[in-house]
Amino acid sequence: MMKKFNLKYIGLFIAAAAVVSCEVEFDNPIDEAGVYTSGEADFSNYVSVGNSLTSGYADGALYLDAQLKSFPAIMAGQMELAGGGEFIQPLVNDNAGGLLAGGVQILPNRFVLAVGANGSPAPAVYTGESPTTDITNTFTGKLNNYGVPGAKSFHLGAPGYGNIAGVATGQANPYYVRFASGGMSTVIGDAATANPSFFTLWIGNNDILSFATSGGVGVDQTGNFDPTTYGGNDITDPNVFAGVVSQYVTALTANGAKGALVNIPDVTSIPFFTTVPFAPLSPANPDFAAQIPALNAQFGALNQAFAFLGVPERSITFSTTAASAVVIKDESLTDISAQLTQVLIGGGFPAQQAALFGQQYGQARQATEDDLLVFTSQTVIAQLNSTRFQELVGLGLDQATAGQLSVNGITFPLEDQWILTPEEQTAISTAQTAYNSTLEALAAANDLAFVDARTALSQVANGGVSFNGGVLTSTYASGGAFSLDGVHPTPRGYALTANFIIDAINAQYGANVPKVNIGAYRSIQTSDSVN
Amino acid sequence: MNKLKALAVLLLISTMAYAGGYRVSTQSNRQLAMGHTGVAVVNSADILFFNPAGLVHLENKINFSAGGFGVFSSVSFQNSEFGTSSETDSPTGTPVYAYGTYKINEKLAVGLGIYTPFGSNVTWPTDWSGSHLVNEIELSAIFIQPTISYQLFDSVSIGGGPILAIGGVTFNRNAGQSLTDEQGNRSNVGIDDSGVTAWGGWTAGLMFTPNDHFTFGFNYRSLINIESTEGTATFSNFPNSALTPANGETGFTATLPLPAEITVGLSHTFFDEKLLLAFDYNRALWSEYESLDLVFENGSTSINPRNYKDSSSWRLGAQYIATDNLTVRAGWYYDESPVQSGYFAPETPRNDSVGYTFGLSYQVNSKLAIDASFLYLRFKEVNESYDFFTDPGASAPSSFGGTYKSQALIPGIGVTYSM
Repeated sequence: MMKKFNLKYIGLFIAAAAVVSCEVEFDNPIDEAGVYTSGEADFSNYVSVGNSLTSGYADGALYLDAQLKSFPAIMAGQMELAGGGEFIQPLVNDNAGGLLAGGVQILPNRFVLAVGANGSPAPAVYTGESPTTDITNTFTGKLNNYGVPGAKSFHLGAPGYGNIAGVATGQANPYYVRFASGGMSTVIGDAATANPSFFTLWIGNNDILSFATSGGVGVDQTGNFDPTTYGGNDITDPNVFAGVVSQYVTALTANGAKGALVNIPDVTSIPFFTTVPFAPLSPANPDFAAQIPALNAQFGALNQAFAFLGVPERSITFSTTAASAVVIKDESLTDISAQLTQVLIGGGFPAQQAALFGQQYGQARQATEDDLLVFTSQTVIAQLNSTRFQELVGLGLDQATAGQLSVNGITFPLEDQWILTPEEQTAISTAQTAYNSTLEALAAANDLAFVDARTALSQVANGGVSFNGGVLTSTYASGGAFSLDGVHPTPRGYALTANFIIDAINAQYGANVPKVNIGAYRSIQTSDSVN
Repeated sequence: MNKLKALAVLLLISTMAYAGGYRVSTQSNRQLAMGHTGVAVVNSADILFFNPAGLVHLENKINFSAGGFGVFSSVSFQNSEFGTSSETDSPTGTPVYAYGTYKINEKLAVGLGIYTPFGSNVTWPTDWSGSHLVNEIELSAIFIQPTISYQLFDSVSIGGGPILAIGGVTFNRNAGQSLTDEQGNRSNVGIDDSGVTAWGGWTAGLMFTPNDHFTFGFNYRSLINIESTEGTATFSNFPNSALTPANGETGFTATLPLPAEITVGLSHTFFDEKLLLAFDYNRALWSEYESLDLVFENGSTSINPRNYKDSSSWRLGAQYIATDNLTVRAGWYYDESPVQSGYFAPETPRNDSVGYTFGLSYQVNSKLAIDASFLYLRFKEVNESYDFFTDPGASAPSSFGGTYKSQALIPGIGVTYSM
């Protein structure tokens, strides 16, 4: 009897211990109601609207891992602590990036940082897996993230932007095709139908960025109020921007939703425009150093002609002791081809050569620190321009001479697409300033949070932002904030973006949403799975 | 009795490990019930662990005791800045012990003890916010101690013996806060080694018994270094990149110190020896544990500063013989953590703790007794961080911390047999 008594008690003892041990309660548990709050906002159905930056696009593609760490997804994760609900994104299938249309690849895979044969890391297209996301497989049902890579402000309200029939002709966007509710639906219409209780709208970047990344080959359409006539690389008229964005705000706030508007950062904050120096031609490169005396002799005659014509600032010289600036074609300069030809003939040049020089250097000058060379220019600088080479051979020059005169950025001035000149930068910043004024005014008029991403990103670009584990800067690849396309953030950069927006939301609505530890989000992805 | 035997067997074959830290004192049911005092308490064969000098004071010629514990522990973590929280889901630890003694004559006794004084068993949710420090750790050490005890003078006995330690460890953590493969899977390193033997450990004790009521004890246990050289490290989910270690298995070396410990204590009996009060003071020489350095055969290393400090415990215990068959016990102790501020790693989330203990022995017959004990170990809520982890390729260390709160409930059962 006594033995049984003991056993029962011992069993009870152990069972009780096991149950009690599950309860470890903090003095101030953070999972209790009232710790994190939404203030005047309601995060139960957060809907994000925008372009690639909202979609989670990175490394030149939309791929799963980065999409899962889009800034809206990160924010939604934190908002869950303050009454936020489920956040559904139109996820792609894989981490290859790239898109298929009916099985045919229409957009390339993402970049990874690969160690090349020379042992140094460089961006390369990831080929470790094949893309499987086909735009013919479309989403139905509830969505929260309406970020469409490539969208400009007016695209969000353009019917047919998600019509698969328009993809081939450039009238539609393959990313929107994946989740458009219909052939004539609009992004903003679909987003409003999702009935947000809270939204973020970040649009307008591409209205200047495509002009910028194209080196300003497009047209500043300021004054043209018909966006259907715009080319892909044009700057959107600020009144067009203001008109469409205010409609979007009206649509998104129709049911009383609160939200945040995010402004447009400076192009000079992103590595796409700050990585390639204006003076990349180093005499430490023996191939280039060997040519310097001949080059200076050749340009010496030209410089005399520039001086004679009253434009000595266009002189071209290459230093033997320091890196020299590239030679560029600046379309804003007065074209002095004819005068230059005449002066050179007067100086004893054969007529054909004089005409050739006159044409080639009529708007040429060396770059200055005020010029921005685009990221992709590094692949052409000091390389033979084969188009020009063929032209010159066609004109009857021997191959050696034609080759000598066709070196990009040295003898053949870098063409418009590789440089943002100060005039082009001014066009960009004028439009940007106007867009940002519109966004700030719309935020104020509608009691929305205004997120000054421009100031935030310039902090990253100028000195960097400290975090628990280092400093996040906009230096290409190593800075950590920007992905390998030089334009879009890394997941860590997106986490920083989410924190900035959370700050603005907390301040505007008296909410208390915690920020994220950006050190927990990765920067660039290394991989040697490249062909 | 069959059920009890079954339970005892179950406890014995379970994984030997502890919770909440890497040294939890559970080497006797009778002594645990008294706040784990014992350096000056001659109660049973358990004295072999607490003070080998006491063996010779046991009344019976043959003494045997064995038992085990269930360690139910949990650790909660939260960080209010980022809104992150996690809770361990550690398997139940089951430390065990068995001691046998034989009195050769009135002045000389010998014995053999097997017990598990060190261990850790902490399982956090995989990929939790501190997963770059630990996902899961299971550490165990079995000590085997032959012992001899000799009555030197009327009131002074001595004892001691060599210790063979057999250790094993599995440890898993992510390689960094954010390092992943191309698919976004967290890069991970796991190590596994078992059956690491370490010779050269020893213990020695002294017991002073000036009269029938008063006992003074002293015990020293030496440092034992568990040197792991035969184990396997597994690297997984690293990207296919020359910039990161390759996936797959590789060897590693690591040394884990099991620190020396000094205990002094005294006991006194009252009311015809019905009541016994005991006090122990322990000093664990943890400062030996400076850094946990893993050197992998694939060329990578993992240097983890620990910088532990020597720490003390103060223990109080009482025993009351209520009836011929029933003895009740209670105790209290304060256990100072060896972990210094800024070195608080979630693999051993151990801060200062207070233990409340009680228990009883039921004498089934003149030879056999059943011992039960219970320990409630309460850790103060603590705001702490580990500041010495640097992500691969990062320019600065990243501190990981927040609020930790832990507790452990440890019931135990054992038998004592004398003849």
